[in-house]
Amino acid sequence: MANKILVFVEQRDNEIKKSSLETVKAGAEFAKELNAEVEAVVVGGEITDFNSIAKYGVPKVTHIKNPDLNVYTSSGYAQVLSDFANETGADLLLFANSAMGRDLSPRVAVKVDAGIVPDCVGFSFENGEVIATHPVYAGKALTDVKINSPKKIFTIRPNTFNLSDAADATAEVSVKEVDNVNTSVKVVDITRASDKLDVAEASIIVSGGRGMGGPENFAMLEELAGLLGGAVGASRAAVDAGWRPHSDQVGQTGKTVSPNLYIACGISGAIQHMAGMRTSKYIVAINKDPEAPIFTIADYGITGDLFEVVPALIEEIKKG
Amino acid sequence: MKIAVCVSHVPDTAAKINVGSDEKSIDNNGVSFIINPYDEYAVEEALKTKEALGGEVVVISLGGDEVKETIRKALAMGADSGVLLKKEGYFDSYATATALAEELKAQNAEMVFFGKQSIDFDSGVVGQMVAEMLGYNSVSVVVDLKIEGDNIRAEREIEGGKEVVETTLPAVITAQKGLNEPRYASLRGIMQAKKKTIEEKEAQTGDSRVELLKMRKPAPKAPGKILGSDASVVPELVRLLKEEAKVI
Repeated sequence: MANKILVFVEQRDNEIKKSSLETVKAGAEFAKELNAEVEAVVVGGEITDFNSIAKYGVPKVTHIKNPDLNVYTSSGYAQVLSDFANETGADLLLFANSAMGRDLSPRVAVKVDAGIVPDCVGFSFENGEVIATHPVYAGKALTDVKINSPKKIFTIRPNTFNLSDAADATAEVSVKEVDNVNTSVKVVDITRASDKLDVAEASIIVSGGRGMGGPENFAMLEELAGLLGGAVGASRAAVDAGWRPHSDQVGQTGKTVSPNLYIACGISGAIQHMAGMRTSKYIVAINKDPEAPIFTIADYGITGDLFEVVPALIEEIKKG
Repeated sequence: MKIAVCVSHVPDTAAKINVGSDEKSIDNNGVSFIINPYDEYAVEEALKTKEALGGEVVVISLGGDEVKETIRKALAMGADSGVLLKKEGYFDSYATATALAEELKAQNAEMVFFGKQSIDFDSGVVGQMVAEMLGYNSVSVVVDLKIEGDNIRAEREIEGGKEVVETTLPAVITAQKGLNEPRYASLRGIMQAKKKTIEEKEAQTGDSRVELLKMRKPAPKAPGKILGSDASVVPELVRLLKEEAKVI
């Protein structure tokens, strides 16, 4: 049972994150299924686009403000969010399973006394109860779970809810100024690897493995990913060889991803790698070895030399 | 300084996972278990912290007798003593955090390390929950750490970059790959680990809030199409991605 759903909407640099809009959409669906109220909360920043939250079904938005909240502080965010959840009587909280959501939600869970299921990839509803699907062993198995405590928190993996159907809507925003923010844990600087899209959030991933032969050859994957608006990923073999940073690694000791399209180049398909990407909606495999396990989960396979296939793919996509 | 590191005992990443007949746990048959890979970075960082600042390192884990193997592994790397909080069967993140927080309080640990998540249940929330329960600061998914006096400066991985976080002791840090290069246990370390004590006590978990209804294998993917063996099929691939899959 849930009576009031609260969706945490994440801003970074005053921009609302796409994964949070997916969470908003989830909140709207939850509200419908559970016959509950739903509202959204944004912490910090100067936001101009609140209507994007309303567009995905949650018009009621509270913006909690204090200059100390403009940049993420886990202590401060946990404090103001828990206070707000308690004030509004929210009994079901949703977060995106982002770096911030994963850091913040467990602290909020303890503060508001809620059970928590992180990294959900699907939900069903039975007799007013939420059954969440949470992958375990990097996706080698799935668990269906429910939370029995009165308060509940779920974090939702990016790309679980698609944002195709948005309706025009206007948000009703209330601003809530707070004081005495606890900044005992404070972000003092953010360094970005250029404007790189992260594999965990990308809807298209072009990934390379040992078959890439060396770090210099990833340039063509960068080019292909750039053309497709995607990110470059890597197998553990490519990361362990020092060709790519660990932040690009897909698999059990890297990131578990579910993009719309995953293009695996020179990746044979170790168990731990496939566990991390098998929930991709479409998988393309390019590998010289027709026996490579990756072909068992690929939707489209080319058993050829990636050094010929990838450049041809780049040319074909450039044609438009 | 009292330093604690919390570790878990998990199936090897190369293990094939089959669901057991209870449909609530895995079939352990033929599965080899290892120390959670992220916990190795946590143990290494705990040892480096001790080497730099002095103190002692206690290793804590939760589970059945088999978990002692993983505690011994951390002891062989150089930790001073171990605690096994005994608990069989399924328990959720909240229950795990409750039991660990209780023990960490008793240990009076000022600096607590975890792996960023354990690769069995992949929750990645226990460290932060423990911090909240203890009233400690926390930084998760850390790839660089500096401790000077009571001040901590940590870098954590975020989407497409890093955050530099400042906080103070006491604190919980959860370790990400890249934080350090875990040492191998020396033969001497392995011999010494056999003599180190592992204290055993019942875990005070309280009730789990999350109920595991069912564990299952993901639906197998239908076999795909092999389009061909050279670049001549690329136009067909692009057509399929546009028209059939509609993903580009």
